[in-house]
Amino acid sequence: MRDVELKMKERASELLKSGEVARVIGWKKGEFYHDPQPASFESVEELNAFVYNGFCGANLSKYLIQMSKKEGKTAIFLKPCDSYSFNQLVKEHRIVRENIHVIAIECQGKLDIEKIKAKGFDFVTEVEENGDEIAVASLYGNGAVQKDEVLLGKCETCKGKVHQVKDEEIILHEMQAGKKNRFEEVEKLEAMTEDERFAFWREQLQKCIRCNACRNVCPACSCLKCVFDNPASGIAAKANDDKFEEQLFHIIRAFHVSGRCTDCGECSRVCPQNIPLHLLNRKFIKDIDGLYGEYQAGETAEGKTPLTSYTEGDAEPNDVVNGEVR
Amino acid sequence: MQNVTEKKEFTPNIVAFCCNWCSYAGADLAGSSRLSYPANVKIIRVPCSCRVNPSFILKAYQQGADGVILCGCHPGDCHYVTGNYYTRRRMSLLFSFLNYMGIEKERTRVEWVSAAEGARFSAVMNDFVQKITELGENKRLTDLRVKEGE
Ligand code: SF4
Ligand code: SF4
Ligand code: SF4
Repeated sequence: MRDVELKMKERASELLKSGEVARVIGWKKGEFYHDPQPASFESVEELNAFVYNGFCGANLSKYLIQMSKKEGKTAIFLKPCDSYSFNQLVKEHRIVRENIHVIAIECQGKLDIEKIKAKGFDFVTEVEENGDEIAVASLYGNGAVQKDEVLLGKCETCKGKVHQVKDEEIILHEMQAGKKNRFEEVEKLEAMTEDERFAFWREQLQKCIRCNACRNVCPACSCLKCVFDNPASGIAAKANDDKFEEQLFHIIRAFHVSGRCTDCGECSRVCPQNIPLHLLNRKFIKDIDGLYGEYQAGETAEGKTPLTSYTEGDAEPNDVVNGEVR
Repeated sequence: MQNVTEKKEFTPNIVAFCCNWCSYAGADLAGSSRLSYPANVKIIRVPCSCRVNPSFILKAYQQGADGVILCGCHPGDCHYVTGNYYTRRRMSLLFSFLNYMGIEKERTRVEWVSAAEGARFSAVMNDFVQKITELGENKRLTDLRVKEGE
């Protein structure tokens, strides 16, 4: 990974020096090793803080909504999954494609600091990725862990390692797709009874503190005015003592991104309460695949989405059970 | 002495979204033909079934509805040509999703009723009210504050 980081930094520096781009969006050092932060670099000096390591899980594409409208070109580093969000944003006319230079970068799966901590490494100071095993250095000692066991949830089910858009690429080693089937957990829920499902979701959703992080991070949630910011909606409260508003929030959020959610996994990654939001989004994806034909949002920047098209022979709502026509 | 624990008979609150051009006219015809449908069906007139944002349905539940039914022109007969085709996709996904969250599948329904189908309107409503009465009160999608002090 070190070589990839160096190459990226070098390329960013070239682009800024030559004036080809006015800024580069990437990651900079955070307070700890494990929390690199998304950042916009506008000069070669600023690049001193540039990092790219196993903790750069953040999807940078959403920053382009503002950045691509600024004076001058913006270069951005996109991992394979981020490239789907990019296309979706282009399709919805949220970003200005001509003002953007996409650099497709290598990704070997990003790491979940909580899972590493659970393995007994607190205060991680460095991580060296060597294939299936990673070497962890921490204040309380060093050791090795299996990468598969400490991947971010979204990386376990990675859609694949092919960028859907790029102007150039920095890929030095071969990449692998995720090993898990992303619908497995959805199917488990479908197999439960209504009562069991209700209990499951009530348990999950009542943990919600309505921080709105899942909405704010989502590249599909790019509305200038969001329903949840309307105080008259009855669903805008940030903290609730009643379970219903939580359910309503989650149903509406998931519905709004249906057919547009690329399954980038950011919502679940940022949720401070560890609510499995991907299980909501993936239900829509699975139903859409089953009822209207397989569809992957963000695969291209053109064409209609499943909810903005129809066929005369579509299923009747009353007949659909578990995403299948009864 | 009056038995205070005696159960009141359950009459469900039903919200029916009806499109202006077909189903609302169908309801009108049912009325003028003196075909009855239960009084606990509250009709909300909308310009097209596709005007019904899924959050309208959720809001109805939040406000105490026990069942929500959405009526529009038959596919192919939409006044705006294609509106109900979009409704159909949205509602298929929404209903399946609500059920995924543990909400009873039968609480929400879509029926196509034309302006000439007064008898059908009446039959659909009677049937729906009966189903919801069997299902009982909506407890899962209700805002506790709405029912307070009842
Ligand atoms: S990020 Fe999690 S806690 Fe915050 S609003 Fe979303 S679901 Fe609720
Ligand atoms: S809903 Fe979640 S997985 Fe889908 S696009 Fe938004 S952040 Fe990504
Ligand atoms: S929750 Fe809905 S209204 Fe709000 S930003 Fe997301 S898509 Fe837009």
